Amino acid sequence: MMLMFQSALFSVDWWTEPLGSWMAWTRATAAFFIFIFACIAAMGIWEYKVPGGNPRRGVFALDTTRGDRLFLSLLGSAFIFIAWIFFVSTTLWWPLLICILWAVFVFRKV
Amino acid sequence: MNKTVNQKAWFFVLPVLILVAFNALIPLMTVVNYSVQETFGNNAFFWSGLTWFQEILTSDRFHASLGRQLFFTFTILAIEVPLGVMIALAMPRKGIWVSVCLVLMAMPLLIPWNVVGAMWNIFGLPEIGLLGKTLNTLGFDYNYTRQPGDAWFTLILMDVWHWTSLVVLLAYAGLVSIPDDYYQAAKIDGASSWAVFRYIQLPKMKRVLTIAILLRFMDSFNIYTEPSVLTGGGPGNSTTLLSIDLVKIALGQFDLGPAAAMSLIYFLVILLTSWVFYAVMTRDEED
Repeated sequence: MMLMFQSALFSVDWWTEPLGSWMAWTRATAAFFIFIFACIAAMGIWEYKVPGGNPRRGVFALDTTRGDRLFLSLLGSAFIFIAWIFFVSTTLWWPLLICILWAVFVFRKV
Repeated sequence: MNKTVNQKAWFFVLPVLILVAFNALIPLMTVVNYSVQETFGNNAFFWSGLTWFQEILTSDRFHASLGRQLFFTFTILAIEVPLGVMIALAMPRKGIWVSVCLVLMAMPLLIPWNVVGAMWNIFGLPEIGLLGKTLNTLGFDYNYTRQPGDAWFTLILMDVWHWTSLVVLLAYAGLVSIPDDYYQAAKIDGASSWAVFRYIQLPKMKRVLTIAILLRFMDSFNIYTEPSVLTGGGPGNSTTLLSIDLVKIALGQFDLGPAAAMSLIYFLVILLTSWVFYAVMTRDEED
């Protein structure tokens, strides 16, 4: 049973098969939105536990809150992926790494 | 005195959250779902990965319509912002003419967008339209239905006519908020009218002008109705802006996947630009 679940988890078909016709959902796109909502929820929990989301001035001379930094990380990541698709290919593991580094940079320095 | 903390107030946000969910969030999610799939109708979808993004990003058609869109947006901004400021400076600040000018300025903004397109469509017709007939009588070879240059001229003129008023009203609001003391001080110092504009009026209008530029950028980058009614993207594809091209792909060709990928790229460009403006505006507030 466990083995079956594991093989399903790593199979592209399992992630990409249509889940009915309403809104054309797939597990992959659902995971994408779950990730974004989880990020927003995590920001709420972070602010509740460790308040400190007031604006601060970073390296770009812009005043950003924690929420702004999440927005910038996600928006920047979208552009990194788009640039990679345009200049290189549709295999996105390397740009994923760049996006993580970008997010770390934004949260620490911007 | 203790502050009353009542978390139930969050429920007041619920209606707007539901509204935004149905109006923006669910459609946006559907677009993301479509952008990675292919459909041949019957609500049957097949995974296509990031193919549509690659196809759109490398397509000459997309580059051309993006180029036209940028040209349109920056041209109208370059015309409407200085013209709007000039008109606002020329408007009276006191007396009965203030109301007359404000009403006249507000009028183009009250006309529905498709009516504006239809009006200019007829107005520019070379045989019967006032503009078209007059230009041809004066010896200009004007025909916006056949010549791309004329189509662009009419399109830009229509947008300037429709939207300069918005810049005027915002700039005027900035101007009337300047206290008389500033002008009196400038007069005592013997400042020229250029110096008054450069060092008093322009800095005081900076905030409203930023808002005006942001609004005009977003509106003109999203524009669909007026050019669609006026030229329909023609002649040929010469005035096919991004939104018109998008509708052609989505509803004309029923290519939902490429249209969804294009919408997302389009959306990201607007989101980035709007954020940059927002950041600049809030930075000014701090300064």
